[in-house]
Amino acid sequence: MNRSSDDTWLYNISSNRKLINFNFKEIWRYRDLLVLFVKRDVITVYKQTILGPLWYLIQPLFTAITFTLIFNKVANIETGAVPPFLFNLASISVWNYFKSCLTATSNTFNSNAGIFSKVYFPRIISPLSVVISNLMRFGIQLFIFIIFFLYYYLKGAQVSINESVLLFPLLVVIMGLLGLGLGMIISSMVTKYRDLKYLLNFGVQLLMYTSAVMYPLALVREKLPQFAWLVEYNPMAYIIEAARYVLLNTGSISVKGLGFTIISTMILLLLGMLVFNKTEKNFIDTV
Amino acid sequence: MGVILKVENISKQYRLGLIGSGALGDDLKRWWYKVRGKEDPFLKVGELNDRSTKGDSQYVWAIKDINFEVQEGEVLGIIGKNGAGKSTLLKILSRVTGPTTGNIKTKGRIASLLEVGTGFHPELTGRENIYLNGAILGMTKAEIKSKEDEIIAFSGCERYIDTPVKRYSSGMRVRLAFAVAAFLEPDILVIDEVLAVGDAEFQKKAIGKMQDISKGDGRTVLFVSHNMAAVKSLCTRGMVLRQGKIAFMGDTTEAVSFYLKDGFELENKKIFDDLYDNDLFILHEIIAKGQNKTESALILEDDALELVTCITIKSSCPEQYHVTYHLFNELGEPLFSFSSGSIDLLKGYNRLHCSFPKSFLRSGQYFLSFFVVENKRKAVFIEKDIMSFTVVDAKRDLGVYMGKEPGYIKPQLTWQNLTE
Repeated sequence: MNRSSDDTWLYNISSNRKLINFNFKEIWRYRDLLVLFVKRDVITVYKQTILGPLWYLIQPLFTAITFTLIFNKVANIETGAVPPFLFNLASISVWNYFKSCLTATSNTFNSNAGIFSKVYFPRIISPLSVVISNLMRFGIQLFIFIIFFLYYYLKGAQVSINESVLLFPLLVVIMGLLGLGLGMIISSMVTKYRDLKYLLNFGVQLLMYTSAVMYPLALVREKLPQFAWLVEYNPMAYIIEAARYVLLNTGSISVKGLGFTIISTMILLLLGMLVFNKTEKNFIDTV
Repeated sequence: MGVILKVENISKQYRLGLIGSGALGDDLKRWWYKVRGKEDPFLKVGELNDRSTKGDSQYVWAIKDINFEVQEGEVLGIIGKNGAGKSTLLKILSRVTGPTTGNIKTKGRIASLLEVGTGFHPELTGRENIYLNGAILGMTKAEIKSKEDEIIAFSGCERYIDTPVKRYSSGMRVRLAFAVAAFLEPDILVIDEVLAVGDAEFQKKAIGKMQDISKGDGRTVLFVSHNMAAVKSLCTRGMVLRQGKIAFMGDTTEAVSFYLKDGFELENKKIFDDLYDNDLFILHEIIAKGQNKTESALILEDDALELVTCITIKSSCPEQYHVTYHLFNELGEPLFSFSSGSIDLLKGYNRLHCSFPKSFLRSGQYFLSFFVVENKRKAVFIEKDIMSFTVVDAKRDLGVYMGKEPGYIKPQLTWQNLTE
């Protein structure tokens, strides 16, 4: 073995891996796996259920009805010109996408332990595929929203749309990345400390209440100014508010808020990748 | 040709016991040492992985300071007892888990057949699973597509290829999985015990494919197996692991015999001293060995086995007594009994030889129960599992069935073809 050929090694498995080691080339090489994982999730999710993809619709519809009854009819939350049901349906569809990204990615290591313990591939493929395959479900829910939107529109309700709807895909991407980043951080911690799994279910619930899902952002500023920071420092709140703006032309779109959201998403994503990267090396010993 | 894989000082430490209580504390301590730039305090403790002795430390080294190099095109057999660290080493090589210390440098892609059928989804069809499994193992879609027909043909599942895998028999599933894996084309292939799949026909096919991979295509292969016949025929070099360290490295045949001597609990001889000393007799020792061989040599399948019993009879009418053995297989099932009834014992020291025919027992471990019988009727002394001995596989012709042959007796029968 001559020393000079040392630099020709294709790769190096070492105990001291660099902290920042994002091998994008490798992820790219496994792009087919990403596609196949997404395909698998889409094909198999509702096999052998009676209602199949209908389940995608039942859950948001009933939640929207419940929210409308409780928050709008009983608690009298004002949604402006927009029918409360439509307001809630839009918020819930958007929130659901984030929630499913977060909860599914945060379980990456545990649910894939079987496969991870046997074969190597860039682990990030797994959470990434979850975020992408959840898009299909989101698409179906969005479709239902559009149907109700048209229904209210034809009934003459005050719903309108503006050109900012073109921003919507961007919001979805940010949301997916936010869920991914946060999910990766949690997934790495769950492998060691299982308590977090229980905390997560509960935490997501709490997060929903501070994410302006069932009320406009302006309302909390007006009614509970001392707690408004809870919502204002929540990146999801701006996404939901902005999504309602682009879909229903209600509320406001805050450039500052969205800027904050994008920056915090990037930070969380980077942090998530760091932690995930560190965990994937040895998690199989502790899972 | 050159070094394709270089393993330097690889060690892997595992923590024993319950992970949870105290772990956070250890983590914090570790972190605190790291922050101050000191060495990880837990790397110092720990002992080698020996299951049979109870250690004091919570940490063990599954493998410790492994160094070796693999040349391009070489087929390296890795053998060792359970718990010797084979799987840990392969896991590190295939990047499933990271090493605690050390470096591995490679010049090629490593893919592993650690476990065939990883990631099969029961709801997907056979064809869809070929793609999914192939991609998990590191193939691109285009690569799989170009091999799809070959894979299906090799698996022998053509008829069911568009049926969900959950409807497959377990054998079919394994065949399909093996077929996908066999058509992988990495630079370095890691194989762990895959030969134990399928029926005899498929095993033959699998061995043939393995031989093609290693010999025909000049691929570098790391091969882990307990099947010595397969290791002997496929590998160009052998490595014996013992308690996480390399105990032997070199020629395959030498490695195999090193392992067999080292690995099996070679208790073909048992000396009892005064353990069985009673009014009637003193049992000194029982030895099992091959005819014309030393006591320390391995007993091969084609040897004529000899069982030597050294016993002192104290009774004044020794001809009333004889010894009987019951022979059991490793599952504890009785095979047969045999006794010294045809000869007379003498007062005082006796050295009894019982000779088996040549090539009588198949490879495996056997257990003996010992009886002293009075007047051919009454067992006056019974000791179960008094000793065990091991018969080792002789060289087998390859290309034939690789698994263990069924049964325990290897009778030499006479065959004639009497066709008119």
